[in-house]
Amino acid sequence: MISRRNALIGVGALTLSGCDAVTRSPTVRKVLTLGEKATLTSQRLVTDRNALAPEYTRADLSPRFRVNGNSMPTSADYLSHMASNFTDWKLEIGGKVARPFSLTLAQLRSAPQRTQITRQDCVEGWSAIGEWTGVPLALILLQAQIMPSAQYIVFHCADDFSGVPYYESIDMIDALHPQTMLAHTMNGQPLPIGHGAPIRLRVERALGYKQAKFVMRIEAVESLAGIHGGGGGYWEDHSGYQWFAGI
Amino acid sequence: MDAIASSVTLQNSSERGGDLVYRTRLPVRIWHWVNAVTIFALLMSGATIFNAHPRLYWGKFGANYDHAWLVIGKRAEEGFVRLAGFEIETTGYLGLTPYSTKVIPPLFTIPNYYSLAEGRQWHFFFAWVLVISLTLFIFYSIFSSHLSRDLALSSEERKLGHLWHDIKDHARLRFPTGAAAKAYNPLQKMAYLSVIFVLIPLVVLTGLTMSPTLNAAFPWLLDLFGGRQSARSIHFLCATGFCAFTFIHLLMVMLAGPINELRSILTGWYRLPQPRKDSL
Repeated sequence: MISRRNALIGVGALTLSGCDAVTRSPTVRKVLTLGEKATLTSQRLVTDRNALAPEYTRADLSPRFRVNGNSMPTSADYLSHMASNFTDWKLEIGGKVARPFSLTLAQLRSAPQRTQITRQDCVEGWSAIGEWTGVPLALILLQAQIMPSAQYIVFHCADDFSGVPYYESIDMIDALHPQTMLAHTMNGQPLPIGHGAPIRLRVERALGYKQAKFVMRIEAVESLAGIHGGGGGYWEDHSGYQWFAGI
Repeated sequence: MDAIASSVTLQNSSERGGDLVYRTRLPVRIWHWVNAVTIFALLMSGATIFNAHPRLYWGKFGANYDHAWLVIGKRAEEGFVRLAGFEIETTGYLGLTPYSTKVIPPLFTIPNYYSLAEGRQWHFFFAWVLVISLTLFIFYSIFSSHLSRDLALSSEERKLGHLWHDIKDHARLRFPTGAAAKAYNPLQKMAYLSVIFVLIPLVVLTGLTMSPTLNAAFPWLLDLFGGRQSARSIHFLCATGFCAFTFIHLLMVMLAGPINELRSILTGWYRLPQPRKDSL
């Protein structure tokens, strides 16, 4: 005997599994990416290349800036750098550049600087305002004599999720944007471990997952294919997050 | 009686209760159904996105350590909704449910498992559908005179006395009959106009205000809504508005005669209700 309650639960389960079939269908997923493409194209169309993300004042700073993602890399290499306060650490710049080179933290600190108070928006919905000081990425890319064939800049990080390394990528529009920088200082203090010491990326017109922490190596590439999962970032590869993080 | 008599004269006098009349034209019917699917997809994928951080704030920033005006949460064995300091226990429905670890259960989310990435894909796809279909509908409404003829309130309908009469009729569930039933009534017009010209534009603009790229392109959006977290809160309140509209809309369909109303929105043809015996 099927009770009415069981019948209702059955109908509910059938409806849910129907929905499940729709959301997991490759065709449906492909159609949905049209929205992402339309967003990227139209946002690029209406946004000036150099349009600045809003900057705030010290009065607007979040009292406590939430640490998100990995709070500390666990590799032996990173831990030894951490123990020596990153004095022997070097940032490597390579890939499609005419002059690959590396920079120590001291060199980064003595390079031309920029300070900006900006808002970070997590893909989850929360926002926090912080003050960042660092070296504009454009200066570093210029120094490395980036090749015209380079289309993306990939940031290789020291942290990982269950052994899968974190990485992120941005296109040249964001890479050469005046506010895009490698920050070594946050709210006037050396960048804390939880926020990505020794340096993190600030790409202020994008969501939080683009703001790669613990950046160890920068690579200029023609294509994102062949780099890890090919999606252009850990979350893109792992969970299907949109590569374009402008909304 | 006077109000009914006067509105009858505005209609084709040959149409009366029991007649099958052509009421809803094809573009309006198409927009209705596109919108029905779109609003449901947006509300349910929006619920997935909300599940990622079920707290709302006012101002420029807001995260876990900051004061939230609305929280849907759980603790130990209890689910709750906390609104401006008042807390309601919602165990089993919101906050803590046996169906998932997230605060809004999977029955109300797209997809029906937690995936913020997929929820966002659905949300932004249907956001485009909403914007494009609304734009086309507004153009159609202006150029076909749907707006001025069917949606705009007449000078008679704009009078407070007339509106009050309409409110009383609604409260007593006395809906127009005969030829008068062919047109939208004033409260119905106001509900539709506020969705078309207030609710949808507001939900789209607050949605765009949450985009960091568009904040660079149009920083005035942040000033307009009082910051990104305020825009997020208003976006959520708009979603609540859509829920309320949909609920009342469906309730009215049920009360006004679901079969006749459904035929009208599917085929365009509507049978004018017979006059009530008590009003003659």
